[in-house]
Amino acid sequence: MDDLIEEGTPDPNPGNAPEFTVSEISGAVKRAIESGFSHVRVRGEIGRLSLPRSGHVYLDLKDDRSVLASVIWKGTAARLAHPPEEGMEVIATGRLTTFPGQSKYQLVIEDLRPAGAGALMAMLEKRRATLAAEGLFDEARKQALPFLPEVIGVVTSPSGAVIRDILHRLRDRFPRSVLIWPVAVQGANCAPEVARAIRGFNALPTGGPVPRPDLLIVARGGGSLEDLWGFNEEIVVRAAAESAIPLISAVGHETDTTLIDFAADWRAPTPTAAAERAVPVRMDLLNWLRQQDGILTRGMTQALARRGQRLADLSRALPRPDSLLDAARQRLDLAAAGLAPALRHRATLARGRLDTAGARLNPALDRAVARKRLTLGQTAARLSPATLQSLIRQGRRDLAALDRRLDPARHARRLTEARTRLDDLSARFARVAETGLAQRRERLAALDRLHQTLGYTATLARGYAVVRAGEALVTRKSGAETEPALEIEFADGKLAVTPLGATPKPATKKPPPDKPGQGSLF
Amino acid sequence: MSQGKPIGEMSFEEAIRELEQVVTALDRGDVALEDSIKLYERGAALKARCEAKLKEAEEKVAQITLDASGQPTGTTPVEGL
Repeated sequence: MDDLIEEGTPDPNPGNAPEFTVSEISGAVKRAIESGFSHVRVRGEIGRLSLPRSGHVYLDLKDDRSVLASVIWKGTAARLAHPPEEGMEVIATGRLTTFPGQSKYQLVIEDLRPAGAGALMAMLEKRRATLAAEGLFDEARKQALPFLPEVIGVVTSPSGAVIRDILHRLRDRFPRSVLIWPVAVQGANCAPEVARAIRGFNALPTGGPVPRPDLLIVARGGGSLEDLWGFNEEIVVRAAAESAIPLISAVGHETDTTLIDFAADWRAPTPTAAAERAVPVRMDLLNWLRQQDGILTRGMTQALARRGQRLADLSRALPRPDSLLDAARQRLDLAAAGLAPALRHRATLARGRLDTAGARLNPALDRAVARKRLTLGQTAARLSPATLQSLIRQGRRDLAALDRRLDPARHARRLTEARTRLDDLSARFARVAETGLAQRRERLAALDRLHQTLGYTATLARGYAVVRAGEALVTRKSGAETEPALEIEFADGKLAVTPLGATPKPATKKPPPDKPGQGSLF
Repeated sequence: MSQGKPIGEMSFEEAIRELEQVVTALDRGDVALEDSIKLYERGAALKARCEAKLKEAEEKVAQITLDASGQPTGTTPVEGL
């Protein structure tokens, strides 16, 4: 710097001032800057940040007035505990250099860390919120710790107080199998190694040559926030959250909180507390067990004793068989004693009922019998032998009278008289009949003769004829003319003729016989 | 009460939990005599199991050995810690 100032001192005589080429002056500046600012610490806020593929990191450091271009070469960037983020307040350690081709200078950063606890805390909080939003810290993810783990895996540094504290406390309480997975507990290797240890324990197969732990403790002693920073890294938090083996975190002191604490199933304030939580106290358990044994035995003894007592009580309360029968026997006696009186009583009752019924029955029966008897008496009175005999005598008299009337001689006499009369009447009838017949025969002959005399038939013999038209007598010429056929009766027979209308005077016409004369005959 | 798991296969915690149940049941005194005898026997067996597990309290400390890439290769006993 002194050189720069000296060389920069204005020469009163410009003509004598030495002349530089651009490169010369640039080189001089470069030398001056690089020698003057070979190791500086710069505090500022990360402004524009560029992460090209090359792996180098370009960024601006700035404050409220100025900007300093900076670069982190690839190798350095990979080692950084805290990757740069825009807006991060940082302290960058490095050297200034120039870039003559563009007349620029820049800070080559060799280390970059957050500026102060505030910045780190702000970053931590931001990361915590992000991971919490992902659900890695959810209560539902927490696993129950085993009551008595067989194998405990401890992720920590194999040297140092922490593992000693843990082993010591385990030994006091309950000696167990412990598997130590050695890791760096600070620095750039911390986070990847811790994460790999957690995953490595989980990857151990059950029943393999290396026993799989059933509990993990991730432990580290106290330190600064930066020292503990590895346990805030995302890979560690994720490994802890994903661990299938229940995990206790014991990082730093009680006041130190790292993000692994949120992801762990239980957070121990100290490594010693982790050991206490990991196993119960063996002696306590043995005592408890003895106590249980006592309770068990006592419970059993009491159960037996109580039952024995109850059995005894019940046995006492159990009556003698005789006494069981006594009551029944007494009841039998009483019942037997009461049997006969009861029967008698029953009979008396029945008799009483019978009497009552009988009393109702007798008057009615008596009345009916009396009525019948009266009727019978009257009938019997009518049935006296005297009456019967008088009836018989009367009948006999009637019979005798009838018998007397039955006299055979009288009947014979009446028969003879009747026969005589019959004979007499028969003789008279014969006589009368003969006489009457002769007279009638004679009269008939007389009448016949008279008839012969008076009839038209005799007239026919005398030359007369009868003319008929059908059945009707034709006594007139006018009548005969109108007839189509006529019949003429002669003495010796009838002749059918047809009148000739044009011949009004038939020669044979004769007056009809005297009909009234015939009629008078009959 | 019993999950049917053989007592010999029970973890300490399982055994101790069931022992507690057995003791509680038996201490309450309301189980039938036959059952209480069975309970007692089971309780005794559980207690024996717990005792055996308590007696297994042997400390064994080993450290995982890692290869260059950080992968586990085995264990070595650790003394003196």
